[in-house]
Amino acid sequence: MYNFTFHRPTTVRQAAGLLARNPEAKLLAGGHSLLPVMKQRLANPPALVDLSLVEGMSGVELKGRSVVIGAMTRHADVANSKVLQEAMPGLAMVPGSIGDPQVRNRGTIGGSIANNDPNADYPAACLGLGATIVTNKRRIAADDFFTGMFSTALEEGEIIVKVMFPIAKKCAYEKFKHPASGFALVGVFVSKRGPDIRVAVTGAGSNGVFRVKSFEEALKKRFAAKSIEGMTIPATGMNTDIHASAEYRAHLVGVLARRALAKAAA
Amino acid sequence: MPTVSMTVNGKPVTGDVEARTLLVQFLRENLRLTGTHVGCDTSQCGACVIHIDGIAAKSCTTLALQCEGAKVTTIEGLAEANGPLHPMQEAFREHHGLQCGYCTPGMIMAALDIVRRRGNDLDDHTIREQLDGNICRCTGYHNIVKAIKAGAKAMAPGGASRQAAE
Amino acid sequence: MSATGIGAAVRRKEDFRFITGKGQYTDDVVRPGETRAVFVRSPHAHAKIAKIDASAAKTMPGVVAVLTGADLAGDKIGNLICGWMIHSKDGTPMKMAPHPALASGKVNHVGDAVAVVVAETLGQARDAAEKVKVDYEVLPAVVNPAKAKSGTQIHEIAPKNTIYEWSLGDAKATDAAFANAKHVTKLDIVNNRLAPIAMEPRAALAEYDAGTDQLTLWNTTQNPHVSRLVIAAFVGMAPEHKLRVIAPDVGGGFGSKIFIYPEEVVCLWAARKVRRPVKWTSDRMEAFLTDAHGRDHVTHAELALDANGKILAMRVKTIANLGAYMSTFSSSVPTYLYATLLSGQYDIPQIYCEVDAVYTNTVPVDAYRGAGRPEATFVVERLVEVAARELGLEPPELRKRNFVKSFPHQTPVIMAYDAGDYNASLKKAMEIGDVKGFNKRKRESARNGKLRGIGYSTYIEACGLAPSQAAGSLGAGVGLWESAEVRVNPTGSVEVLTGSHSHGQGHETTFAQLVSQRLGIPIDNVSIVHGDTDKVQFGMGTYGSRSGAVGMSAIVKALDKVEAKAKKVAAFMLEAAEGDIEFKDGKFTVAGTDKSAAFGDVALNAYIAHKFTGAELEPGLKETSFYDPTNFTFPAGCHICEVEIDRETGKTDIVNWTAVDDFGTVINPMIVEGQVHGGIAQGVGQALLEGVVYDANGQLVTGSLMDYTMPRAHDLPSFNLGFTETKAPSNPLGIKGCGEAGAIAAPAAVINAITDALGTEQIAMPATANAVWSALQRATPRAAA
Repeated sequence: MYNFTFHRPTTVRQAAGLLARNPEAKLLAGGHSLLPVMKQRLANPPALVDLSLVEGMSGVELKGRSVVIGAMTRHADVANSKVLQEAMPGLAMVPGSIGDPQVRNRGTIGGSIANNDPNADYPAACLGLGATIVTNKRRIAADDFFTGMFSTALEEGEIIVKVMFPIAKKCAYEKFKHPASGFALVGVFVSKRGPDIRVAVTGAGSNGVFRVKSFEEALKKRFAAKSIEGMTIPATGMNTDIHASAEYRAHLVGVLARRALAKAAA
Repeated sequence: MPTVSMTVNGKPVTGDVEARTLLVQFLRENLRLTGTHVGCDTSQCGACVIHIDGIAAKSCTTLALQCEGAKVTTIEGLAEANGPLHPMQEAFREHHGLQCGYCTPGMIMAALDIVRRRGNDLDDHTIREQLDGNICRCTGYHNIVKAIKAGAKAMAPGGASRQAAE
Repeated sequence: MSATGIGAAVRRKEDFRFITGKGQYTDDVVRPGETRAVFVRSPHAHAKIAKIDASAAKTMPGVVAVLTGADLAGDKIGNLICGWMIHSKDGTPMKMAPHPALASGKVNHVGDAVAVVVAETLGQARDAAEKVKVDYEVLPAVVNPAKAKSGTQIHEIAPKNTIYEWSLGDAKATDAAFANAKHVTKLDIVNNRLAPIAMEPRAALAEYDAGTDQLTLWNTTQNPHVSRLVIAAFVGMAPEHKLRVIAPDVGGGFGSKIFIYPEEVVCLWAARKVRRPVKWTSDRMEAFLTDAHGRDHVTHAELALDANGKILAMRVKTIANLGAYMSTFSSSVPTYLYATLLSGQYDIPQIYCEVDAVYTNTVPVDAYRGAGRPEATFVVERLVEVAARELGLEPPELRKRNFVKSFPHQTPVIMAYDAGDYNASLKKAMEIGDVKGFNKRKRESARNGKLRGIGYSTYIEACGLAPSQAAGSLGAGVGLWESAEVRVNPTGSVEVLTGSHSHGQGHETTFAQLVSQRLGIPIDNVSIVHGDTDKVQFGMGTYGSRSGAVGMSAIVKALDKVEAKAKKVAAFMLEAAEGDIEFKDGKFTVAGTDKSAAFGDVALNAYIAHKFTGAELEPGLKETSFYDPTNFTFPAGCHICEVEIDRETGKTDIVNWTAVDDFGTVINPMIVEGQVHGGIAQGVGQALLEGVVYDANGQLVTGSLMDYTMPRAHDLPSFNLGFTETKAPSNPLGIKGCGEAGAIAAPAAVINAITDALGTEQIAMPATANAVWSALQRATPRAAA
């Protein structure tokens, strides 16, 4: 790791100020994506702005017809949130599947979303529920937020403050873990909120998280595994690596979508 | 150089560290608490697991400066000097839950976190799933699972042993 | 059986320090004035070094020195060597290429060390290492061992990148047997390349004392004496008596810490140059790039059978990838540790095996848990299983028809099996594993949409390495005996100095059990000392499941001498004839009388020497023995694996594992079971999860634990173990060895189970979910019975 200066602001405004003064600085949330990359010297920020002392950035709340999760809420706390378990257990499946227990004890939703790792779990939930990402500057719809591998709509100096998930009556996440890293080899989030049906896939696409319109269309008749029986997606644009070929990933998208639907119905 | 202060195994400690100093480096090099190990560089293996404010974390993926003011517990802090072993330590010995010993401190610290989250009555499946963040190359996990199951039971209120020292 | 004697499940004496965080591994040792070393490593698999510019690095903060291969050569530091000579079929010796500790003119694998930076702190050393500028002229890389012979020549000494073309057995007789066969089973097999991944990464700390011209090395090694011998005699670092090697607590080895590596040589050399202690600790990614890998065979194998399923002959052709340089014992692994085990548990009249060892631009390959024997077992047990399926026989039945049933049994591939009962372990495993209930379980699985398969592996291994004369005749550069020194203190406590080394095996307990029982003293009065060349005179270290069979036998021999001497002392004390003294349960008695002396009293009298004169008897009670075995030992057994496969995802779950092993005498069943568990996990890892992958340019794809899949707790079941026992006739305790059995047996059992479930034999290791799913697309599963 290269050395850097370390800052611990206590308000979002202070954090934003630090970012403005240090344009190359990086925000440090749980650190479980950033620190490993810095240890490998693949990232070289001259300054880190640690958000852990910033007030009011943690917690899971019910607000109207949404669940609102503070950006600094750790995966374990989201997964175990009573509020979430009651309002939308399908969403709790996502943080509950991330990494391993120690990673879940430290990693945060804001960090995960801002990093937009193409194999991360939360982007599937955001896109799969049509979440709204709230920053210190604006609100961004999930459909506009994830712009490709490790790339988001966040601008310089922009800090994710919270994420608002509209409550879907039926939703679930099904993940096939990468056997070594624990990320999603493929993960599929399905949801139905009134007429809004979403199927979002992470881990599979070479350009990050995406929606499967053909499945969504087929599910309009009936939101059930049967509606997409035998359906698959083309292998073009899927990732290929030593653990899974593009064809296999494409196949898994169908399998996991059906399993997620079965879970959502349960 | 920044200064960091925290409580480690019940004792207040302070050190001057480069900002890039990881918690595991601070523990091993500054405090000479070498029971916490490093087995990988990608947060996979769990040899470095310690507790920060009672919650298990990988000290290789945490900066020392992030722990300013925190209470950190390492393997060295589980049993008091000259006191009895912690029931989980005892269970690892009783059930041969270790061979080379390198992953063991992280395993024990992770096991205590499983008990914190899942209670004292653990089945094999739960233990195996919850050990996802800890790798052992020697034991095939068979006896680690046995040890954690027994250790968790022994930690139960009214169980064979006293509560965690934390 | 006493509570702490042979056969008792004694809790380990070493555990207290490990469970309290007080273990002392190499990186835990700190010396005053210590500096840190970071290596500059080649990013290319194959390249000429045009120029190294260290000027910028030398001016970085905290830098003490930057050293290169030219400096190393200038100081006349010698090359690393391979210590086992193999000759090709044509009689020519193997082509051992120079292996300098820092590359000289050329790099031959990604991670090859080019320079070392020594600095005050690790961070400073890393910062400076980035500033060492190396200009490379990249050459085409040779990666695939099957195509190595036609690739760019890597070493001047080795045309066609061929190290040796070796054979064992009678080719003509084997061909003749094949010509008469009713059935021939043929398989193409790749034994996947593995990373050993002991959880403690390798480390070296070197210190030079200018006052005494003495070098000390703390090192993660399984055999400190061999390390010292090679570094002194071949590398020429220092005379043997001026070099001390200490292996403190070592966090697993599995073979990977047998070898002498460049880093410890460089740390020693640098410590003497900079006159400060120099420490290097590998990180995990560096370990993937530099620790010797294991396996990596490409094999075509054939089995000839008659109409009754009797095996007539076996023919095997293997290409073994030894990587960029010949590591310490690399040459022996695919030859004498491999082809000699191709007879398995079977009476096979003719076997012929050819092995071509090749260089590639990958990290060196050497012994990894099992070393050659897992590769052999995989060939034999896959052939037998497939042959049974092709002949329509139950796999256990074909095995039974061909088991060796009388001993001693001379195989056509050198080994003379001395004791075993292969039917017994198969039968017991089938009972414990409830093979009778398998079809019912398979139907249940089918109802849940899962495929279920069962696979057997009746393995044999040659352990207790090794009779020195036999090893020498096969090319070993060293003897493979073991030493022990038993020091009885005046107060009756005992220290045993052993040349074996424990890095997880529990010697501090099992060796003490032996001594405690033999001398009739409490186990707490026995200390086992190992891992320091200044304490233990010489020893061969721990590998090849040898510490029980060979290391403990040396202790037995030394204890015999201690008892003999103590009887002399007791005779003087008890004023009796030496021949009348009997020793039992810690007491010396005069036969036929009630006169006796406790062991502790005799020990004290040996030292105070008040009852005898120096002319009659030398004072003291300390004896040494060097034990050289008379044969290998032959642990064997039967493992049965049951898998369930998710038809939709291809994911394989191991749902049942039964292992019945014959290890001869078991000293501590708790520890032996632990060894079996760990071995199975590594074997399952090879079969389902693990595999080192290089891309076509020689870049390591599986360079971290994010890509290389280690078995985790949820990948494995709990195991059902059983034992049978036939004593090893070749050593005094009847021990056969248990450290490698699981890793040897498991891969074939898993793949036999998967292929049983799938109905196709075409599945490579690791059988990832993707691979199984792909196989399912090609196959029609056998109907549920």
